[in-house]
Amino acid sequence: MIPTAARVLRQLRHDPRTIAMILVVPCVLLTLLWWIYDGGPIFTSIGPALLALFPMIIMFLITSIATLRERRSGTLERLLTLPLSKISFLGGYALAFGLMATVQALLASALMLGPLGLELEGPWALLVLIAVLDSILGVALGLFVSAFANTEFQAVQFMPAIVLPQVLLCGLLVPREDLPRFLEVVSNVLPLSYAVDAMNEVARSTDPDLTLPLIVLGVFIVGMLALGAATLRRRTP
Amino acid sequence: MHRMTRTSGSAVDVRGLRVVRGSTTALDGVDVRVAEGAITGLLGPSGSGKTTLIRSILGVQVTAAGSVTVLGHPAGSGALRREVGYVTQAPSVYPDLTVAENLRYFARVLGVPDVRADVERVLDVVDLHEQRRQLTATLSGGQASRVNLAAALLGTPHLVVLDEPTVGLDPVLRDSLWGTFSEIAATGTAVLVSSHVMDEAVRCDHLILLRAGRVLARGTPAELLIRTGTDSAEQAFLALVRQGHDTGGRDGPRPDRDGPAS
Ligand SMILES: Nc1ncnc2c1ncn2[C@@H]1O[C@H](COP(=O)(O)OP(=O)(O)O)[C@@H](O)[C@H]1O
Ligand SMILES: [Mg+2]
Repeated sequence: MIPTAARVLRQLRHDPRTIAMILVVPCVLLTLLWWIYDGGPIFTSIGPALLALFPMIIMFLITSIATLRERRSGTLERLLTLPLSKISFLGGYALAFGLMATVQALLASALMLGPLGLELEGPWALLVLIAVLDSILGVALGLFVSAFANTEFQAVQFMPAIVLPQVLLCGLLVPREDLPRFLEVVSNVLPLSYAVDAMNEVARSTDPDLTLPLIVLGVFIVGMLALGAATLRRRTP
Repeated sequence: MHRMTRTSGSAVDVRGLRVVRGSTTALDGVDVRVAEGAITGLLGPSGSGKTTLIRSILGVQVTAAGSVTVLGHPAGSGALRREVGYVTQAPSVYPDLTVAENLRYFARVLGVPDVRADVERVLDVVDLHEQRRQLTATLSGGQASRVNLAAALLGTPHLVVLDEPTVGLDPVLRDSLWGTFSEIAATGTAVLVSSHVMDEAVRCDHLILLRAGRVLARGTPAELLIRTGTDSAEQAFLALVRQGHDTGGRDGPRPDRDGPAS
């Protein structure tokens, strides 16, 4: 797992532009939103949700493209003939991108809590923890869906297909309890809803109870990684 | 290093192998053995099933019938993952890593005891010391295929399988690579090399001629020349194809338009 994570990070190091995008783009977008709403109450109310959104979207895209490349270039076939378990392969990716996500979450949270003046009732470390879990969720989802994409074009389309519905239903536009009953039920089974709930809880409560959202996020991450491992076939037709 | 019990002298034993890929029967009733300590050449025109046979030996190909035994184990078993080196037809290394970074990663995955020393050793073999810090994406085609080869030589494989490793290389380099294969075989390792260039047959100890998913002939290069009364591997191949048509034998080719080496 460690050699694979180190290798993925080394690949990123040769691609400084991607690193810059991972770290800078969320900050720029958050600042833009702050500006749009003039730092007012709307920004305060959606700020925490956005902190959950960006890491997941970016990590989802990067991971699905990276693993798709690995499947198509033959390197995955070579790796599967070597003593590398599927779990170490996926775990390596999750670890490497999880590390990138941690740095990203630290930067974005620092920006939100500092210059952008987001008021937080709960501890800031929990905010970072949720952002990291959330980006690992993006990694796990990306790993899984890359199995169903044969081309980069298809992989990119999974972003509107899999991620956008979660964004629409996560409570960002309309609070989840105010959604039509059917959509509320749907939003109850989508992982991003729980990440956003957790962010809001940390923002509004001095003693946030995150048991449910953390369990749901953990189950989704492990489940997606396991499904991803199941799609990695040593033998192909 | 432990050796496994197996039929003496053969590293690979393929029996009655049938592989269907999409709508084509890529291999049909193929029996093949690969001897230890020797170079076995797998020759056949493009599309004859060389890559499919090699993938079956590596255990990454779904097969329809038959058995593939490698170093005494069913192909693809966990026990073989340190024992078999695989040179894929298209370079399967990371373009966005340097040559040395690629090799170090594969060495770590293999669990090689001294990663640094082993990487140096294989860099020597493929003569890429000067390019070690170069991004693989920026290498020439021949250099990239040598990185691909180097990755398969890491550790202590008892079987090295190479899928058209000399395609597109200049004659000098091709010659030096065949020298390398001989050196590897001389250490007792079984070497299986595929090629669609019939000229390379003379560099092999044993030959397997493949055509349209069936074994057309096998034997040492000298045997095949004597049997066909020809003086080059290419002519021998053509003669064998003609014989197959005449006798309509079981191993004869199907009536299609596969030419010999392109
Ligand atoms: N992924 C695939 N799907 C369907 N048919 C395939 C696939 N790969 C190879 N084939 C077919 O299988 C046959 C053998 O191919 P291959 O083993 O690659 O030949 P070679 O390596 O000798 O050029 C060919 O007819 C080829 O078209
Ligand atoms: Mg081939």
